[in-house]
Amino acid sequence: MSHTIVTTETPITTPPIASGPAHTLSVLVNNEPGVLMRICQVFSRRGFNIDSLIVSEGRNPNFSRMTIGVSGDPQGLNQIIMQVAKLIDVIHCFEHTSENSVTKEMVLVKIQCSPSERSMALQIAEHFSGKTVDLTPTSMIVMLNGDSPKIDAAITMFSQFNIIETVRTGKMVMARGEQPT
Amino acid sequence: MINEQLDGAQALIKTLDALGIEYIFGYSGGAAIPMFDALETVKTRMKFILARHEQGAVHMADGYARATGKPAAVLVTSGPGAGNTVTGLMTAMMDSVPMLVICGQQVTWMLGKDAFQEADIFGITIPVVKHNYLVRDSNALPRIVREAYHIATTGRPGPVLIDVPKNISQGPFTGDMNPELNLPGYDPSCSFRICDTAVQQTTDLIAKAKRPVILAGQGCMIARADKELLHLAETLRCPVTTTLLGKGVFPETHPLALGMIGMHGTAYANKAVVECDVLINIGSRFDDRIIGQPAKFCKGAAIIHIDIDPAEMDKMIVPDIRIVGDAKAALTAINAHIHPLETTEWLAKLDGYKKKYPLTYKKQGGLRMQQVIDEFYQLTGGKAIVATDVGQHQMWSAQFFKNDQPHHWLSSGGAGTMGFGFPAAIGAQFACPDSLVISFSGDGGFQMTQFELATAALHKLPIKIVVLNNHYLGMVRQWQELFYDDRTSGVDLIGNPDFCMLAAAYGIPSVHIKRPADVTRMLKKALAYHDGPFLIHAECVKTDNVFPMIPAGAVLEDMITEAPRKKMAKPTGST
Repeated sequence: MSHTIVTTETPITTPPIASGPAHTLSVLVNNEPGVLMRICQVFSRRGFNIDSLIVSEGRNPNFSRMTIGVSGDPQGLNQIIMQVAKLIDVIHCFEHTSENSVTKEMVLVKIQCSPSERSMALQIAEHFSGKTVDLTPTSMIVMLNGDSPKIDAAITMFSQFNIIETVRTGKMVMARGEQPT
Repeated sequence: MINEQLDGAQALIKTLDALGIEYIFGYSGGAAIPMFDALETVKTRMKFILARHEQGAVHMADGYARATGKPAAVLVTSGPGAGNTVTGLMTAMMDSVPMLVICGQQVTWMLGKDAFQEADIFGITIPVVKHNYLVRDSNALPRIVREAYHIATTGRPGPVLIDVPKNISQGPFTGDMNPELNLPGYDPSCSFRICDTAVQQTTDLIAKAKRPVILAGQGCMIARADKELLHLAETLRCPVTTTLLGKGVFPETHPLALGMIGMHGTAYANKAVVECDVLINIGSRFDDRIIGQPAKFCKGAAIIHIDIDPAEMDKMIVPDIRIVGDAKAALTAINAHIHPLETTEWLAKLDGYKKKYPLTYKKQGGLRMQQVIDEFYQLTGGKAIVATDVGQHQMWSAQFFKNDQPHHWLSSGGAGTMGFGFPAAIGAQFACPDSLVISFSGDGGFQMTQFELATAALHKLPIKIVVLNNHYLGMVRQWQELFYDDRTSGVDLIGNPDFCMLAAAYGIPSVHIKRPADVTRMLKKALAYHDGPFLIHAECVKTDNVFPMIPAGAVLEDMITEAPRKKMAKPTGST
């Protein structure tokens, strides 16, 4: 299940289905087929919608690391964390807050862009430390990374062009200092 | 260590044998042939029992496990065979019953291609098992079977399913028969380390209690903590109520016993919980059938929750003190620091409730299920393993067949699976050949798995098969009468067979009871027969209701002890 990247296709202005504060969970799991299914079933059964999900092989290839973005009431989420943690294939499941962790995400933005508009698009990209990764006479793909509010702001700025599509990784998280994630 | 070339299936069967599995219940089929062949080619002490349906096989393994605390194995084929185990897996999962279910599967290169009798049983069963495996390497079989056994039987027990493709069972085995387990995410040993602080808080709280109540559940049963529970209750002079699954973990004839709590529990157990000041919950998950409305449950009391599963903490009820761990270990720790309490007044009050609200039934106006159950209890002195199905007769069995011993009450609690009781009784009789096993079923549930009459007859199992026939799905009819203006819908079992003729078709003797006056004589006849199963067909009054009753979602205070004169509002709670 390595290198799975899923992000919701809903526009950023739409609140997630399960209302409540956003949470970021980091789950270390056995690198086995079916583990993702086991975890997703815990969320769906309790009516929580997964906002974003990143899965990739860990440094030790026997394990995979999942970062799950989810919204909902904290009491229900605590239950879910414990239900996920008790799965046999789960090594641990931690919730991370912005105080004790670093949270970043990446986005690819594809815009319609004629040669005359190009310099403005490049200015916006530069302002957000983005990079052009594809360029045609009529379009451009810009890659950006950083905190979620920065990504949101960049997408808002690019909205003056016709945004053909965006692909966001969703949040990836790492505990600060020497703490394990 | 390998003298002969084994195949995967032989390695699997040898591993099950080495783990001490005694019985395999199952049903054969194409994808499972190599494993069935291994049962013939490998020397094993295990006995294979051919059920008549996979659901029956799983419930048999369940009954075996509930009666012994040890798991049995289930061996079925792929596709429909595996699919038919789902209800039984769910039943075992909900009630934390250990079990190994091994399924045949299509060959690995056909998986996901809609091959004949292929089903993604791994995906299908994820929500109803503690863990499951799809085996992709013959050499991994001993490790996986050992892991499955370890997972099923430790911590909070549960069913584990192993899906074995035919090329894996048929493929050569060149691996290690005693490999290391590889379970980095699973450490049940932590359940024996009990938090000292929580124990201290618990004993401090208990010491101040004036009206304590112990609620004992399946966790207490599984941990075999009955002696520790008895010591706790007798030292504190604290009354004990149990859940449906906890029946027998505390002797129900003990003066401190309050019987079962919950929707159809005794009035005095429910009143005790309403009025208590400290509730000590040992191994019950605060099921919705017990607590009514979570927000209003036990409002005046401090609550101590002991459970081996941390995910049960705060799930339904937020307790004052949490002890995560094995019930026996926790009680041993608590028992070291307890002193007698002054509960004379409290016990006298509860005794008053026992006298005011006794469990009763009428012996006039037709035969009642309660009488058949009660007389069975009186005639056997309660010395029997009782399996029940689900519905009215289950609640009456819980009320009138008192259990003084653990592991003598087999009933589908969490899942409420109709069709469970009779095959579970078969599994229990295999496990305990010298015990008297009684299976109480309604006419609805019995017909869901009655084909296992063949299994019982073939093996001459001396089970007393009691069919309590009211020609209705009685519990649903009761709700329709009380809450839906008596509009019966989908509950009339017109077309029932003659259950005595049905038994006779399998060569099983029977009696047909219609009158209250005949019960004692007929039951004595049944109890005197030891050469195989005996069916008791009790034709009971059609429209009887189970009381006491707490309507679903109501508070315990709203318990009704007899039929209300006015129409009741539709229940708002769970089902």
